Amino acid sequence: MPETTYLEAIRQAMSEEMDRDPAVVLIGEDVGVYGGAFKTSEGLLARFGWERVIDAPISESAIVGAAIGMSYAGLRPIAEMQFIDFIACAFEMITNFAAKSHYRWGAPVPIVVRGPSGGGVHGGPFHSANPEMYFVHTPGLKVVCPATARDAKGLLKSAIRDNNPVLFFEHKYLYRRIKEDFPGDDFTVPIGKACIRREGRDLTIVSYAAMLHVSLDAAEKLSKEDGIEAEVIDLSTLLPLDRETILASVRKTNKLLVVHEDTRTGGIAGEIAAVVMENAFEDLDGPVRRVTSLDTPVPYAPGLEEYFMPNAAKVAAAARELARY
Amino acid sequence: MTSTLTREQHLELYYFMRLNRELEEQMVRLFRQNKIVGGLYPSLGQEAISVGTAYALGPGDWIAPMIRNIGALLVRGFKPRDVLTQHMARYTSPTLGKDGTSHFGDLKSRHVISPISMLGDLIPVMTGIAMAGRYLGQKIVTMTWIGDGGASTGVFHEGLNFAAVQKAPFVLIVENNQWAYSTPVEKQSALRDLADRARAYGMESAIVDGNDVLAVERTTREAVSHARAGNGPVLIEAKTMRMLGHAQHDAAEYVPKAMLESWKQRDPLERFEKLLSEKKLWDAKTKKEIDERIAREIRADVEFAENSPFPPPESAEEGVYCEGCHTVEADWQRPKEEVMPPRSSVKAEWPMNSYTSNGARPPAGARTAPKGKPGKKPARAAIRAKVGR
Repeated sequence: MPETTYLEAIRQAMSEEMDRDPAVVLIGEDVGVYGGAFKTSEGLLARFGWERVIDAPISESAIVGAAIGMSYAGLRPIAEMQFIDFIACAFEMITNFAAKSHYRWGAPVPIVVRGPSGGGVHGGPFHSANPEMYFVHTPGLKVVCPATARDAKGLLKSAIRDNNPVLFFEHKYLYRRIKEDFPGDDFTVPIGKACIRREGRDLTIVSYAAMLHVSLDAAEKLSKEDGIEAEVIDLSTLLPLDRETILASVRKTNKLLVVHEDTRTGGIAGEIAAVVMENAFEDLDGPVRRVTSLDTPVPYAPGLEEYFMPNAAKVAAAARELARY
Repeated sequence: MTSTLTREQHLELYYFMRLNRELEEQMVRLFRQNKIVGGLYPSLGQEAISVGTAYALGPGDWIAPMIRNIGALLVRGFKPRDVLTQHMARYTSPTLGKDGTSHFGDLKSRHVISPISMLGDLIPVMTGIAMAGRYLGQKIVTMTWIGDGGASTGVFHEGLNFAAVQKAPFVLIVENNQWAYSTPVEKQSALRDLADRARAYGMESAIVDGNDVLAVERTTREAVSHARAGNGPVLIEAKTMRMLGHAQHDAAEYVPKAMLESWKQRDPLERFEKLLSEKKLWDAKTKKEIDERIAREIRADVEFAENSPFPPPESAEEGVYCEGCHTVEADWQRPKEEVMPPRSSVKAEWPMNSYTSNGARPPAGARTAPKGKPGKKPARAAIRAKVGR
């Protein structure tokens, strides 16, 4: 069976869902004739036509607003942000309109807002962001950050079928770098369920998206060089957070390191640390540690960006220190 | 111009306008008794717009009323008790006490979308419903309202531009009541007529005297049929005056007294009552019957609201997510096969038929006005003269 890239997995998920359900439509900038800036929607216009693959003006608020309206009429729109940085332009629509709709008046908003996030590709301050935490702080949303091609496909299908507004952050560094061999049949991956990607006994590393791969690299290094066996958890969904999987692992390893590419202050590591303090304080044999990006915008120059972001060496160093406790 | 409405329809318009006014007056009394939990945003003097516009729609059409459009909610079939329990934060309210004021709706039967406080958001949202309706093969029109202040937002621009590009069956009522809280319209826009914005989006527009319910109804009906026929969205500017403060707490001392006095002469209810009498569409007995019916309905619903419980505090935790509590289903009015492969498949290239800028449009002078254009220059001039701006 041929290997499927993370990017192709996303394209397949949309195409298969559009084949399955005529209520699924795609709206965004350059998603139609051009097939999307990263070609995630290549071929969809040719297959599904102008009514279902809609090239919109450069109006992120209108794109998300129209998607919300379509969902009220029973459709299941996917709204694409060309780069996820531009989700800031639709912040109001997502946080005030979509997120509060069901709570306020019982009207579900089954939309997906998806787009390429993350750094490591020298995109600079406006094409590299990890804006997930603005939205994790917004009750009513679901926030999904897949790390593998299989998850990208299965989680996007779940997101499209979900009755709530789901933000789907695709890590652009993974688009063409990650490939997997998985059955192409119709499968979904549940939202809100973390996954243990590597078993270990000495400490738990919690991560997601591109940093999962950095964490796995670090775990291999630790095993080979230090005999430290790290358990690596892939959150895959940030909201709702799978507390149980994290807590169960911490109860086993007694040590926790959180790794994320998002900036430090207000990142998910803080929330996870609090959850562990509240529920598993007695199980901890050391302080909760985190490896994150710096509290700065994402810089452009390769050397600056490398300095800004976590990498396997930084993760391994933090893990070694934690393992010594 | 004469109205094509029947006598019964005239009386129904009166009923809704009077009910709108009496209900709000009742709520002022409740506010003074501290029974209204939050703010109260009056529509005194603007009832003809809420009622006349909503009245021009068909039952399958969709609306999203704004804060001063209680009249539109009543036309759409909501009862005074819905409005009262909302304002009084009772558990029997349409939102179970989760939200107040006119922030409620009904997706399934009344096709009413709950507004939010962020102005302009409803424009792309209602555009989306209009696009979905067209996609599903329904012949629906969607409508929302916005004020002169709300028309200054960025999403107003994004939404109208998108609606026009999509030729969405959407009608926007710009309720120009001259004041956005304490700020006069001159500080919102340098335009003399907010309707002129429509031209910038390539959409049709009309200006109407917002205190003349028949003119409002007629203009809206024309706009709705224009949009329903697939000719694109329409913006109607209804010129009126906010006769009270922004909300109950606001004495509106910044509004010149003479301005209020002059607008008092144009009260939409008084004008319509006079017209009904002049046209002999009712007599004192009929008016009394309608007024008594309204008083009865409001009395019963106030009693209902006052006897309704507040929500149990722990219900604050409920309903953030929709997990299996609703079915989300589209109402298909066309064969689904039309939008599924192979019938949906197209050649993925732009169908350009000329290489002038902005597609194939000839210069403006060469364009012919579409049929049934609701915005007519003479009418605009007449209204402008009346409004005296």
